[in-house]
Amino acid sequence: MTRKPHKTRDTKVTSEFEHGWNDMLKGIKKLKKILDGLPEPQFSPEDHINLYTTVYNLCTQKAPNDNSEQFYKKYKEEIETYVSRTLLPLIRGKYDEFMLIELVKRWKNHKVMVRWMSRFFQYLDRFYIARRALPPLYEVGMTCFREQLYQKLHNTVNDILVSLVAQDRDGEQIDRTLLKNVMDILVEIGMGITDYVNEFETYMLKDTATYYSRKASDWILKYSCPDYMLKAEECLKRERERVCHYLPGISEPKLVETVETELLVVHANQLLEKEQSGCLALLRDEKVDDLSRICSLYHKIPQGLELVSSIFKQHVTDEGLALVNQAVEIANNQVGKECGAHEQVLVRKIIELHDKHMVYLCNCFMNLSPFRKSFKEAFEIICNKNVADRSSAELLATFCDNILKKGGSEKLSDEAIEDTLEKVVKLLAYVDGKDLFAEFYRKKLAHRLLCDKSASDEHERSMLTKMKQLCGGQFTSKMEGMVTDLMLAREDSAQFKRYLSILPIGIDFTVNVLNTGYWPTYRTSDLNLPAEMVRCVEAFEEYYQDKSRKRRLNWIYSLGNCNIIGNFDPKPIELVMSTYQGAVLLLFNNSDKLSYSDIKSQSNLGDDDLVRVLFTLSCTKYQILIKEPSTKMIYPTDSFEFNPKFTDRMRRIVIRLPAHQERKRVVEDVDKDRRYIIDASIVRIMKSRKILSHQQLNAQIVEQLRQLFKPDFKLIKKRIEDLINREYLERDRENPNMFRYLA
Amino acid sequence: MGPHRKNGPPNPMSIKANDVDLFHSASNKALMQLLGQIDEMFDNYANEETNVIEAAGIEELCSDLKMRADDVRMLMLAWKMKGKRQGLITQDEWRRGMKALEVTSLEKLVKALPGLEREVRRPLIFKDFYAFAFQYNLTEELQKTLDIYSVCLLLKIVLRSQFRPQVDSFIHFLQIQKEYMVLTLDQWMEFYRFCNEISFPELDKYDEKLAWPLLIDSFVEWLRQNNN
Repeated sequence: MTRKPHKTRDTKVTSEFEHGWNDMLKGIKKLKKILDGLPEPQFSPEDHINLYTTVYNLCTQKAPNDNSEQFYKKYKEEIETYVSRTLLPLIRGKYDEFMLIELVKRWKNHKVMVRWMSRFFQYLDRFYIARRALPPLYEVGMTCFREQLYQKLHNTVNDILVSLVAQDRDGEQIDRTLLKNVMDILVEIGMGITDYVNEFETYMLKDTATYYSRKASDWILKYSCPDYMLKAEECLKRERERVCHYLPGISEPKLVETVETELLVVHANQLLEKEQSGCLALLRDEKVDDLSRICSLYHKIPQGLELVSSIFKQHVTDEGLALVNQAVEIANNQVGKECGAHEQVLVRKIIELHDKHMVYLCNCFMNLSPFRKSFKEAFEIICNKNVADRSSAELLATFCDNILKKGGSEKLSDEAIEDTLEKVVKLLAYVDGKDLFAEFYRKKLAHRLLCDKSASDEHERSMLTKMKQLCGGQFTSKMEGMVTDLMLAREDSAQFKRYLSILPIGIDFTVNVLNTGYWPTYRTSDLNLPAEMVRCVEAFEEYYQDKSRKRRLNWIYSLGNCNIIGNFDPKPIELVMSTYQGAVLLLFNNSDKLSYSDIKSQSNLGDDDLVRVLFTLSCTKYQILIKEPSTKMIYPTDSFEFNPKFTDRMRRIVIRLPAHQERKRVVEDVDKDRRYIIDASIVRIMKSRKILSHQQLNAQIVEQLRQLFKPDFKLIKKRIEDLINREYLERDRENPNMFRYLA
Repeated sequence: MGPHRKNGPPNPMSIKANDVDLFHSASNKALMQLLGQIDEMFDNYANEETNVIEAAGIEELCSDLKMRADDVRMLMLAWKMKGKRQGLITQDEWRRGMKALEVTSLEKLVKALPGLEREVRRPLIFKDFYAFAFQYNLTEELQKTLDIYSVCLLLKIVLRSQFRPQVDSFIHFLQIQKEYMVLTLDQWMEFYRFCNEISFPELDKYDEKLAWPLLIDSFVEWLRQNNN
């Protein structure tokens, strides 16, 4: 008898395993029955322990009798078989929704199966898998389901899912819970998000895109822009709900993006530029809600607001230019007239336009940056348009003048004035030539101050403060000086009056002393003052010398006014007129009749001024002098005679001497100043930077002068060339596009 | 009127081409003699009283050299001499020029002219010469600008052979435009850069946002308008 201990032992061991496995199989069968819903008693705790122990015993034996590996394999096989032989056919047998229902049911079954099986074989999980770095039992179970079942079905499942979603979109009733359950399966099977993303999400997004693309093509033709937007808003809302109900949260951004792309981006131009109902029309018809909707829907899309904001800019610019053109037409039809009411109206209307669209900007367009930019650019265009030969700077200055002067064309309350001034300054911010505005404003301010036409000191100062805030102190320093001068003059006048009262002059008069630096330069002439006035002047000179010996007074008679009593036969009338006119008139106290050349030599006025003066005294409705011959123009051959028969209804009449046409001079002066300012700026910049390219230098200059004016590119070039010629700068030898400062 | 020699070195007429480094290798005594020859040449043309070659002398020199007065080589000669004022050649300038050219006689001068031209036409040197041409023609002490008429003449002499279409166009433009009465040195130099850098008449790389002078911007604008 040969000894065969091995075999005996092996057989013994093997049969131990088989014996053990049979026990397991019994347990597994029992489990399957339970899962199938067949009448079968539940597992008792004892059953459980027995099964667990079977595995335990067979796995704790020493090698090579350790059966862990076999058990692991068997476990896996069992589950695989179950899944592919049992579950798969069951699910495959169904279609559409029913397949999904079956899938969900069987998945639940599978999970139970895996859970119980894991418990039976739990010992493996404790030691074996860690030792061999193998996936744990639960994971094996999931992988089986995925590989043996889901991979084989997934296309079909995806199709069903997608078509259900499409039905949901079309408003049909679907079982949302079912969908959610299936989604959950996808996530669980994937053991993370990646599988889900790879498989279903991509598929779904593609279908979504197709779906909405079709809808968009249809709707774009059927619906007006606002209606389309309503539909789009609705769709997005529903899609978000869909995510809440059954789609996984991570899909939301991509889903929304897909829908937005198909509905809003693809047809953006066609949609927003619709003739009757697009953005432009909505702006015109003031459809605030629709515009808000458009803004909020397009807001999240990158560059989505570009088109809308450019339409906004177009609209504002068009409206503004239309207003300007209106004014231009009126101006062209009224040649020769001074600044008319229509220009006042224009500024008012632009202010209104600004206010109105500011509301749009803040309410509809949430003050977003693309719209702020459009708004600004639109007004930069509008506020730099000229009306006939008047620049926007002049128009604004004239507008201010009308508001600030006594008897201005507008009767406004204090609040309304403040408010209007505030708004004018807002418009000023858009004007390129702020320095030009300052010059016009200064001239008009001087006129108001000197002729005592300013309605309110407070408003004047308030306006200066507002301008200072916008453009800096240097902008308003001269003007503030002017206002102060007048204030001081008024304070001083009381003192001068007292001084005058002891002198036997017999004429009441006041003098405004102005600081040359602050005020515009005025033409004056060497007028021969009438004796009476000479006494006044001398008195003041003495008075003033006492006060401040170092200062020299320069008399500007062209700005003076006088009141003269004309002793006409019918009745005496007080004549309010300029000093020039008064000086000429008083000559007739000594002679009844004078020729043009007589008057000229006696008064010492230039032809320019004299012609204007004589015109107002003899050729207008107030014929204080009779001209011979009585033509309507003044000739050097004319002669003049006092008209004692002159009379008028009123006891006091004002005979204005119209001022010279100063516009050209203002523009020329400002142009000249600009040249110096640019020169100074260039030198300043180059001195500190030493070497700069042409483009950099330009950029710096524009930045430095931003508060004053927008320097013309060509002017800058010219100044650079001049400075090169004057050897402040030179071109760099290596790179002629760069400039060097020459110390 | 030949040069008066004490110890007759070889007749200048028979000196060959291989004595080109005459000045460098000559001994002091020989050097003095060569300088003497240069001075004698000078005396041929100079005004006796002022000791300066003036208009008449220059005319004579030109005709001796068989050149017109507005020949570019006269200008090149002036450049070589580092002349200060157009129409005058001082003794220093003459000496400087002849020494630099290594010339002691009229014949040698004639022979040296082609070499001089080649030298000046080299790109780096030509730029310097071009600048010189402008400044040489300024008449007053503190003058910095040249009138349009002179500019046109000068361009013809100096630049036309090299850049004929540009120069012709530019001269035409200068004559019909009304904004500029004079040109500065910078504008003059920039025109040269323009000819060198910008293809003509395509003008494709020209960018008026760069540092080109306004004059050139206007020129290009005019060209573009007229070519449409």
